[in-house]
Amino acid sequence: MAVMSYLEAIRETLRQELRRDSRIIIYGEDVGVRGGVFRVTEGLQKEFGEDRVMDSPLAEAAIIGTAIGAAVNGLRPIPEIQFADFIFPAINQIVQEAARIRYRSNGDFGVPLVIRAPFGGGVHGALYHSQSVEVFFAHVPGLKVVIPGTPYDAKGLLAAAVEDEDPVLYFEHKAAYRSLKGEVPEERYLIPIGKADLKRSGKDISIITYGLMVNYALKAAEALEKEGISAEILDLRSIRPLDVQMILETAKKTGKVLIVHEDNLTGGIGGEISALIAEHALFDLDAPIRRLAGPDVPAMPYSPPLEHAFMITSDKITEAARDLAKF
Amino acid sequence: MAQRELLSGQPVDWQKLKTMYYYMVLSRKLDERMWILNRQGKAAFVISCQGQEGAQVGVALAMDPSVDWITPYYRDLGVVLAFGMTAREVMLGFLAKRDDPSSGGRQMPSHYGLRAKHILTGSSPVTTQVTHAAGLALAMKVRKVPGITASFLGEGSTSQGEFHEALNFASVHKLPLIVVVENNGYAISVPQAHQMSVINVADRASGYGIPGVVVQGSDPLAVYEATVAARERALRGEGPTLIEAKTHRYTPHSSDDDDRSYRPEGELLREKADDPVVMFRNWLTTYQKWDDQQETALLKRVREVVDDATDYAEKAPYPDPSTLLDHVYYSPQV
Amino acid sequence: MAKAKLTPELLKEIYYYMALSRAVDDRMWILNRQGRAPVVYSSNGHEATQVGAVMALNRGEDWIVPYYRDLAMVIAYGETPREIMLHLLGRAADPNSGGRQMPAHWGLKRRHIMTTGSVVATQDVHAAGLALASKVLKDGRVSLASFGEGSTSQGEFHEALNFASVHKLPVIFLNENNGYAISVPARKQMAIMDVAARAQGYGIPGVIVDGNDPIKVYEVTQEAAERARRGEGPTLIEAKTYRFVPHSSDDDDRAYRSREEVAEWKKRDPVMTFEKRLIDEKVMTEDELKAMQQRIKNEVNDATDFAEKAPLPDPNTLGRYVYAE
Repeated sequence: MAVMSYLEAIRETLRQELRRDSRIIIYGEDVGVRGGVFRVTEGLQKEFGEDRVMDSPLAEAAIIGTAIGAAVNGLRPIPEIQFADFIFPAINQIVQEAARIRYRSNGDFGVPLVIRAPFGGGVHGALYHSQSVEVFFAHVPGLKVVIPGTPYDAKGLLAAAVEDEDPVLYFEHKAAYRSLKGEVPEERYLIPIGKADLKRSGKDISIITYGLMVNYALKAAEALEKEGISAEILDLRSIRPLDVQMILETAKKTGKVLIVHEDNLTGGIGGEISALIAEHALFDLDAPIRRLAGPDVPAMPYSPPLEHAFMITSDKITEAARDLAKF
Repeated sequence: MAQRELLSGQPVDWQKLKTMYYYMVLSRKLDERMWILNRQGKAAFVISCQGQEGAQVGVALAMDPSVDWITPYYRDLGVVLAFGMTAREVMLGFLAKRDDPSSGGRQMPSHYGLRAKHILTGSSPVTTQVTHAAGLALAMKVRKVPGITASFLGEGSTSQGEFHEALNFASVHKLPLIVVVENNGYAISVPQAHQMSVINVADRASGYGIPGVVVQGSDPLAVYEATVAARERALRGEGPTLIEAKTHRYTPHSSDDDDRSYRPEGELLREKADDPVVMFRNWLTTYQKWDDQQETALLKRVREVVDDATDYAEKAPYPDPSTLLDHVYYSPQV
Repeated sequence: MAKAKLTPELLKEIYYYMALSRAVDDRMWILNRQGRAPVVYSSNGHEATQVGAVMALNRGEDWIVPYYRDLAMVIAYGETPREIMLHLLGRAADPNSGGRQMPAHWGLKRRHIMTTGSVVATQDVHAAGLALASKVLKDGRVSLASFGEGSTSQGEFHEALNFASVHKLPVIFLNENNGYAISVPARKQMAIMDVAARAQGYGIPGVIVDGNDPIKVYEVTQEAAERARRGEGPTLIEAKTYRFVPHSSDDDDRAYRSREEVAEWKKRDPVMTFEKRLIDEKVMTEDELKAMQQRIKNEVNDATDFAEKAPLPDPNTLGRYVYAE
């Protein structure tokens, strides 16, 4: 089994999918000759030609709008939005079109579409290259929102997204691209969308999170272990649909839940998870649910001290978890 | 440009032309300093104006910052300097310091904005500034205040719907707006041919019933003249003008980009033969308004300004982390 | 597709669809005034443009992406009066949306009619996307998007034309310019006389055509389709026409246009003038015309009865089709 970075896992999966299914096309800004601003699509145009991996004009509404048309007309487009922050011009196309097309046509039409977008901060990207935008879409029935936390998951979830008959938003954390490495099998495999994954078993507290934060939580769990606190880590892998069953299982098991996301606190997916636990497992809890999330500012600032103050780190997770364990 | 004749029938304000040259050189040198600071690890990110100084300064100096507004884009160092932002202010923003007037260190470098100097704050998703500019111009028209708004963008941004929406809106309402496309041929890595099926962005003006003017960006005087004409038209209430300045981008898109993968060999070299700073100096020299002595003095002066701005910004404090939560909503205290 | 000739049969078929659409449209208004249909959007006045255009396509094979005014277009494209009425009355068997969308939000995969939403100009990019797929799949299909002149102010109009022209996609952009976006006249919508003038900005042909003459619309659409199939890219067609009724049954157009203006345009009612032309040029006899009109009347009656008797959707289906089943 090869060891790959998170980015390589995504690129190799795209390559494998392009080889497997001639209906797949990739397009977006700079994804062709340049291979994407993060090099995720590097070499793909060379291998598959300009018809299948192409640069589009700079217009997000057009990228998603045309992808919807192409999906209806027999292709499996994987458009890229260069930064998740730039997805907003296309929100109308995603929310009001892609998400509603099946419903509004009573099942007649479907939009098999995977929208890839790098997101997240800690990379000096400031307000418009750092955002976590996932919850805007998690709110919308008709969409699926996938956020892998490891190279292995990145592959299996991307392949599953490509197979999915519905629009899937596939968010890739920029800071994960090169920092995360792991073993990735060569053969194709699917990880079902909507299935969470227990990344670490524990008995004292549960940390529920996703994406890059999974790795920070794992690091925190090691530190906590030394202090005699046993932390369980549930990686949601997708935030729509949520794996309600596994969320409730871990909450009932440890009785103490810490939810972590880089996305803003208010209205973040942590609120939904808290509500689910409160509705279905309140009397199994030994402490109030705790959320550790990005502060309620519109986006991440640029200047290092401000950026650091915003970012969730493993130290911040350790601290919050320790606090919760003591309750 | 060396063969170019002077403005027909108009007296030449040589002092203004020398000011123009000063800002072009200042922009170039300040930009070069930014790259050095980036390579030294002192600055996380640079995005450059190099190659576009003629277009930028030519437009900005044809405007009146006391009544006009601008909505620049990230490449517009030359625009904001010539419009009144100081080198110190630019460097504070570049190094993300507390006193950065554009954003207090919140935005990436080159996201200019300064209310006092009529520079509208900008973001990174491209072309949103053009509809904003139409809005500024709408307010000028409604409030009947003198002045115009100029909006700047790259040719890639013209593919965005908002480019169309802004021009359509402004032309229907005959707003005092100038839209300046700094066409450097590349949107990051995507060449113009993959961006549009026309040679000139200015051709699109006819779709809005407004003038579309093509000017050579290495000829700041031509840009200046086109802007003066557009501004007068706007002030007369005749509506917007689309100016397309053909320019070059001498650097990669940003310090995080590597343009060798997408720029044909030799292209940059050819474009450097049309360097706006060099071309304009030669032109001034041809008219015997510039000599080596003046050049040396100017470079020294620019060097001092750049050094001062760098030192000043390097010594300036970072923002206090406790200010992270400030300015989410209006607060009279902060 | 070989260039179809304007045979008497084709001319009669064009007239049939125009007259059928007008009759269905008139019936929809009656049902609305009787309180049986909450809202109506009309193609009344646009029939020549809509029918003329799609008769030049390979109907049911090429894609169309219509907008809410395109009743006549979808009828000519193969959506039956029964299906139209099921949609109008929000019945379970409505093939456009199972009663989920407002009337006139077409979509019928069987006939390659793309589903549409209410936000204008989104269909322009969808058509470009359908055409992108045709280019990649080399399936020989052309896509046609239609839209009012008001929606050309949307960024997506520009994005679609730009995208399609850069990639030379087989797509036709058909603007049905009736001079009004609800109440806003075209002069407040754009600073130019002709939408077609915008084609220049994309390096593509921009064609102006009399939208009340189905033959002329047919001919320009045929040319655009041939150009598209040759791989030469998109065409922007602007059909100058007029809507004879308010924007919808909830609108009152007396507030924004004079009765004289409406009367002036009605002199050139496309259904009436084309009918007269077919009789004058002896393409059709009076008897044939009467027989066709009777057939249309029967069809409309049948469709109305059929739809009124059809069941409404089961509330239990509310949660269906959020995802694939």
